[in-house]
Amino acid sequence: MAATEAREAVGEYKAGWHDPENATIRFDFGLSEQVVRDISALKNEPEWMTELRVKAFHHFDNRPMPTWGNMSMLEEIDFDKVCYYLRSSDATEKDWEDVPEDIRNTFDKLGIPEAEQKWLSGVTAQYESEAVYHSIREDLEQQGVIFLDMDSGLREYPELVKKWFCSVVPYQDNKFSALNTAVWSGGSFIYVPKGVHVEMPVQAYFRINAKNMGQFERTLIIADEGSSIHYVEGCTAPTYSTDSLHSAVVELIALPGAHIRYSTVQNWSTNVYNLVTKRGIAHENAKIEWVDGNIGSKLTMKYPAVILKGEGSHAEVISVAYSGKGQHQDAGAKIHHLASNTTSKILSKSISKDGGRGSYRGMVSVSPKAENCKLNVVCDALILDDGSRSDTYPTMEVANPSARCEHEASVSKVSDEQVFYLMSRGHSEEEALAMIVNGFFEPFTRELPMEYAVELNKLMALEMEGSIG
Amino acid sequence: MASDKPVLEISNLHAGIDDTPILRGINLEIPAGEVHAIMGRNGSGKTTTANIIMGHPDFDVTDGSVDLDGEDLLEMEPWERAREGVFLSFQYPQAVPGLQVGNFLRKSVAAIRGEDAAKGAEFRKTLKDAMTELDIDRSFLGRYVNDGFSGGEKKRFEILQLMLLQPKLAILDETDSGLDIDGIRTVAKGINAAVRGTDSGALIITHYSRILEHVQPDKVHVLIKGRIVKSGGPELALELEERGYEWLETEAANSA
Ligand SMILES: Nc1ncnc2c1ncn2[C@@H]1O[C@H](COP(=O)(O)OP(=O)(O)O)[C@@H](O)[C@H]1O
Ligand SMILES: [Mg+2]
Repeated sequence: MAATEAREAVGEYKAGWHDPENATIRFDFGLSEQVVRDISALKNEPEWMTELRVKAFHHFDNRPMPTWGNMSMLEEIDFDKVCYYLRSSDATEKDWEDVPEDIRNTFDKLGIPEAEQKWLSGVTAQYESEAVYHSIREDLEQQGVIFLDMDSGLREYPELVKKWFCSVVPYQDNKFSALNTAVWSGGSFIYVPKGVHVEMPVQAYFRINAKNMGQFERTLIIADEGSSIHYVEGCTAPTYSTDSLHSAVVELIALPGAHIRYSTVQNWSTNVYNLVTKRGIAHENAKIEWVDGNIGSKLTMKYPAVILKGEGSHAEVISVAYSGKGQHQDAGAKIHHLASNTTSKILSKSISKDGGRGSYRGMVSVSPKAENCKLNVVCDALILDDGSRSDTYPTMEVANPSARCEHEASVSKVSDEQVFYLMSRGHSEEEALAMIVNGFFEPFTRELPMEYAVELNKLMALEMEGSIG
Repeated sequence: MASDKPVLEISNLHAGIDDTPILRGINLEIPAGEVHAIMGRNGSGKTTTANIIMGHPDFDVTDGSVDLDGEDLLEMEPWERAREGVFLSFQYPQAVPGLQVGNFLRKSVAAIRGEDAAKGAEFRKTLKDAMTELDIDRSFLGRYVNDGFSGGEKKRFEILQLMLLQPKLAILDETDSGLDIDGIRTVAKGINAAVRGTDSGALIITHYSRILEHVQPDKVHVLIKGRIVKSGGPELALELEERGYEWLETEAANSA
């Protein structure tokens, strides 16, 4: 009895609770030009932003659904049954004590304030549409580092935002980048001044609580010459029987010699559509790294991209995806070598289990003028049972013959002999599977801050729990 | 503590896979402190016997029993058997890419001998001593389990696990194959240390008498087509190496 309860408790999605909804402002379901204008008016935005939103809305409205990824799942999205704006707290607080209690409890349960004290330079916590908490270490502020939620960023640094907003991901890029540009709310705005190194990571945490919620945060990070920053984000949502929509846009600008690392561990509940556009531009000798873990969600379509614009710049996309029952992770990477002596590395690891489906969709290109580029692509898939599926769709367009390209792909199954070997060393079947899976993910977890790596390993152990018949 | 039950008692064991019989009535008893050897041609059922004692899920036991210290092993899952004290040194150890040796050893010791045994200075010392004895370099701990190991490294790693896990029953499936003389001597030392003068027992599966010179088995059993057709002392191993198995196969055929 007790044993089954314990097992049920760990076997289920851990972050799936929901709090009572105490909305201070909640928009009716559905989207129109008026809804877009209302969001902008509510936020008291400059006119250029309002007009940009409206243009983006019309583009979204006219643009057909993507014809890749998972078309049948995409068709199930009912844009009329989404709440596009919901505010639960009237202010973005600097002290957890001032955050409304139920919301604070949620972030407590997720361990955010604790992590902040131990190993972060700054934290932003977003609940539904707005950031409810925001803080940055004083010494960084003194060095001129700007770390704000995006709305405050627009209010306090309108010129900087106007210059860079939509400069990396234009709203016309795809249907969901248009949607995000039309209804964005929250997200992070970061500027790191020349030569400043932010040693400890800054973290953003995104939580959806309401049913049928749409979360559309917008993040813009500008790392000025020779600076560096590591940004980490996590996300969870309650488990509901109806779907929620998360559609973010992230733009990174790494100016000459700058280094941006952006790490994500996405653990949405399996009723969340996660359709995200992430792209960075790397100038001369700059470096952009996407470390991207996709564990949760119903359908994820996300292909972190880097445009290697400056000579000697470098891009890395390291990603893992776990697809369990009813899940499809359509993930990958895009890298465009526009300048000479640029290098890139893609490592993609995907696991499918219980009928889940993982796809790697990759695009690497080298432009005709770009001499001596180096490209390395490795994608590995591990399939845990029959009926689960893994596909790879790699594309390489190399228009300069001096490029050196390496590509490796593998699909493997967990063998019974491997599991038996580990069981013979005292490990249950579930533990054995978790060891194999964590080992498979090791090249990824190695790149995460330790606390995240431990968390990810625990998550994967939970995914293996209760899975053995 | 010491029970009068044998460490391992196999009675009339019949087993196979997908309706194909492989073991056809095995009887074997290993008392505490003894080392027994099983010899036999390829395909005679040696690895199958080891797998069934360990609980490999592919095989069906159709008759008979396997007891460890009087406890019914066949009722237990493989990891429960491991925790009860069964250890198998695999003929073909499996690679687990990304799983670090050091981490894996600590977790296995914790699972089998308890959290306390896997903690602190004492564990580190036991580990260090065992590695020195087996001539394994420290850098080994950072490698991935059996991933890219040479044949000899795999076998040494199995013995390292044997020494750390301190089982009641150690089964070594062709651990000597692919080892040089020094390796064999080291392995033999490991086995003797694990079994002699203890409540434990060992079952060595081998083709060669060389390892047996160093371990001095109490009994040697010959397996032919899923049956033990002859048992004897260490001298039987030498006889088999000289004469082969044909004479025994003829005997077995005549008596069947
Ligand atoms: N997993 C298996 N599937 C089918 N047949 C097997 C399997 N394992 C063993 N056998 C068969 O059982 C017999 C004994 O094999 P094995 O126990 O490996 O012999 P040994 O270790 O003595 O060389 C052989 O005929 C072998 O083909
Ligand atoms: Mg064999």
